[in-house]
Amino acid sequence: MTKQVQQLDRVIIRFAGDSGDGMQLTGDRFTAETGQFGNDLSTLPNFPAEIRAPAGTLPGVSSFQLHFADHDILTPGDAPNVLVAMNPAALKANLGDLPRGADIIANTDEFTKRNLQKVGYAGDPVEDGSLSEWRVHAVPLTSLTVRALEGYDISKKDAERAKNMFALGLLSWLYNRPTEGTIKFLEAKFAKKPEIAKANIAAFQAGWNYGETTESFSVSYEVKPATLAPGVYRNISGNQALAYGLIAASVQSKLPLFLGSYPITPASDILHELSKHKRFGIRTFQAEDEIAGVGAALGAAFGGSLGVTTTSGPGVALKAETVGLAVTTELPLIVVDVQRAGPSTGMPTKTEQTDLLMAMFGRNGESPVPVLAPATPSDCFDTAIEAARIALKYRTPVMLLSDGYLANGSEPWRVPEMSELPDISVAFTTEPNADDGAYLPFKRDPETLARPWAVPGTAGLEHRIGGIEKADGTGNISYDPDNHDRMVRLRQAKIDGIDVPDLAVDDPDGDARVLVLGWGSTYGPIAAAVRRARRNGGKVAQAHLRHLNPLPANTGDVLRAYDKVLLPEINLGQLAMLLRARFLVDIISYNRVRGLPFKAEELAGVIQDVIDSD
Amino acid sequence: MTESLNGKGLALVPRTDTPQTLKDFKSDQEVRWCPGCGDYAILAAVQSFLPELGLRRENIVFVSGIGCSSRFPYYLNTYGFHSIHGRAPAIATGLAASRPDLSVWVITGDGDALSIGGNHLIHALRRNVNLNILLFNNRIYGLTKGQYSPTSEVGKITKSTPMGSLDKPFNPISLALGAEAGFVARTIDSDRKHLQGVLREAAAHRGASLVEIYQNCNIFNDGAFDALKDPSLRDDITVKLEHGKPIVFGTGENERAVRLSRTGGVEVVRRSEVADDEILVHDAHNPDPSTAFALSRLDDPAFEHVPIGIFRSIDRPAYDQLMKEQLEAATAAQGPGDLDRLLHSGDTWTIR
Repeated sequence: MTKQVQQLDRVIIRFAGDSGDGMQLTGDRFTAETGQFGNDLSTLPNFPAEIRAPAGTLPGVSSFQLHFADHDILTPGDAPNVLVAMNPAALKANLGDLPRGADIIANTDEFTKRNLQKVGYAGDPVEDGSLSEWRVHAVPLTSLTVRALEGYDISKKDAERAKNMFALGLLSWLYNRPTEGTIKFLEAKFAKKPEIAKANIAAFQAGWNYGETTESFSVSYEVKPATLAPGVYRNISGNQALAYGLIAASVQSKLPLFLGSYPITPASDILHELSKHKRFGIRTFQAEDEIAGVGAALGAAFGGSLGVTTTSGPGVALKAETVGLAVTTELPLIVVDVQRAGPSTGMPTKTEQTDLLMAMFGRNGESPVPVLAPATPSDCFDTAIEAARIALKYRTPVMLLSDGYLANGSEPWRVPEMSELPDISVAFTTEPNADDGAYLPFKRDPETLARPWAVPGTAGLEHRIGGIEKADGTGNISYDPDNHDRMVRLRQAKIDGIDVPDLAVDDPDGDARVLVLGWGSTYGPIAAAVRRARRNGGKVAQAHLRHLNPLPANTGDVLRAYDKVLLPEINLGQLAMLLRARFLVDIISYNRVRGLPFKAEELAGVIQDVIDSD
Repeated sequence: MTESLNGKGLALVPRTDTPQTLKDFKSDQEVRWCPGCGDYAILAAVQSFLPELGLRRENIVFVSGIGCSSRFPYYLNTYGFHSIHGRAPAIATGLAASRPDLSVWVITGDGDALSIGGNHLIHALRRNVNLNILLFNNRIYGLTKGQYSPTSEVGKITKSTPMGSLDKPFNPISLALGAEAGFVARTIDSDRKHLQGVLREAAAHRGASLVEIYQNCNIFNDGAFDALKDPSLRDDITVKLEHGKPIVFGTGENERAVRLSRTGGVEVVRRSEVADDEILVHDAHNPDPSTAFALSRLDDPAFEHVPIGIFRSIDRPAYDQLMKEQLEAATAAQGPGDLDRLLHSGDTWTIR
């Protein structure tokens, strides 16, 4: 029987199951297959902070959403077309996001009386008709997998665990994905357990074959490759891109990278990734706490390394005093904050943009620091290099604000050529810089206002720096009132004078009266919403800030050029507050703080409302 | 000069052939401690000791935290970093781990090292970062004008404890030994010869060395260590630990010896009441720190018998060395890093 193949332009799939069901791995593999196939894609993993919440419960549900298309897309999608529900909890937790008519693939083996009761189902929704709005495919994934693996020398438990690969096989058939990559991946992953490798591959193939033979699926779908710019592509998450960006910054600055870090969700993967690449001369130091992480990075910077610390909001709070020390000693340092929902512990695995004001002002005294935020997962690569460029050129700590959405989300990335990467190398000072042959550690470059950087081991330039106020030029301890006033202003002027590219505005017709402004990870949802608004005939311009401090020089002009400026933020209006204070522009804020990215549809409605309102 | 217990501490730091003098290590900054402060004696001892190391001056770095003692780096003409309260060991860890060619010294006090920075101290010690940590212990907060410190005796009357302090003090030596330190010593500001002898061994030791220096704060805790300085008392109180020698101290009828006790610790007994072979012979190289720990308890609770000298000096790989070896092993196994290859690793596809 040859089944019908239907063409689609885009699909959103959500895999959902217990946190032990391997949903993230399943999603990752489907993503890799989809990238190989040439679709554009965007992903959104969503998992609980608990490593293994009680099995079968709502808090234990982990999911992975993937949006792929034959054209370029900007978000992981609002509403799934397909939900793979590995148990009743996964169904219940995700049903609310499912539009009418969507497909549900339910693992009926797990729809037992006990599991149904655990999440408050009185009857079995797969059986009782309560899911009639959707197309339900009842598939006993677990028992099909176990049956397919009879004859393999593995335990029943291991056989059951391969059910995610069966599901992956079924979905791979349903969307005509290439399979070689996953087979290779499983062979490599279980290289030391060949029987497990074989069993997982068999489960994967059994899933594919099941799709082809069962009557439950009468159609399979095809999403043609997208037209992307020529080049070599790979799929990349924000954390991986950030780690690669830091390695690239080390190579392009010719400085050894020193990472001082303390494990924290959702930033730990940067530590993990960098720890794998010691042959680049990268030193990764898992410190005793957040303070030691940044302290060691600053100490290494004093010694001539590219010092980096990676953390999330609670860690930034702890590092504040050391960042202030870096401000006043004027040493290069990169502080990566992968923002998560706060305050306090908040919701560690959920995303937010609520650390902007902390990054800007969360230190004692006048202690300005540059602040940057990447817009997409792959933009984390370029933003890391830009952060290093600024830190090194201006001898300053730099705050880089990623977030949980960027960190774990992924998208195809055109791998840059080496020649496209900027040279960000700086020279250490090796000679005295005063007329009398002395070395003045705080004599500034007249253009950048950066101080010289002489590292230990340089003869004749022995000097002392510290947290006490320094005399302009000599760096000696000074309590002189006028000197302090001068130094406060010099440090501010140095940051204000950082070279930052102008803010670009996207306004295809040039006659929009409404500007939608954003920063950081809201780029995708905002851009997708702007497209929708324009498709509906709305005139709207879009601009996105990567440099939050200092702001691009034309920011005020851009804001004043529009009748209305809409600024969606996943906080209560932090950038809006800064822009209002600085430019006296009446920003229209749109704020939701749900721990989740905006949905394009939601923002499109907001944009339309602003366009329509008077 | 005492023979170095193990001479690898400075092997990676470049040496100089140019003779150095005390003057080479004096900075142009005016020293601003209170007149009579014990810090002056320590500074002078360090400045006059550094030339004998024969190291290139530019490869020496002093890192400090906050407190009176932490002004120390400003007065030495080496590289220096006066950092923030308690964090000097963390900052120095990053520096020493990334620069094995530096001789890195941490200057800290009892509040800086044991209160606000306690966590960094113990972890620097257990990691065996190549640092010489000089802990100036005056058993009081000086810079904030006289509150009790984590080494103040119970019942200390200060501005913040008008009815007496309640908390049991730390014994820095016991703490360091418990934190897996490989080199632990105690000395005193008033005995320059002993102080410099200990510094010499600390510098020669590769890895973290913790040197507690009893230091008199003549303003807020004057006379805290007078018993160890009073000519009529000091010999009967001070227990000088010397590797390979029986532990005996005191004079005349006050002569005492230290032996192992039945309960697993050590005890002080009259010299006349103990046979020669019963006297504990100090073994600073013993891999088991139990006896060193027991010795560190001799002054507790009364300041009756106070051991000074090197409690422990054992060889184990320093952190910077191990870190360096991992980088070299990774490079040897996989070749030097190639950014272009890294970026193209994993599943890639080409769009034409």
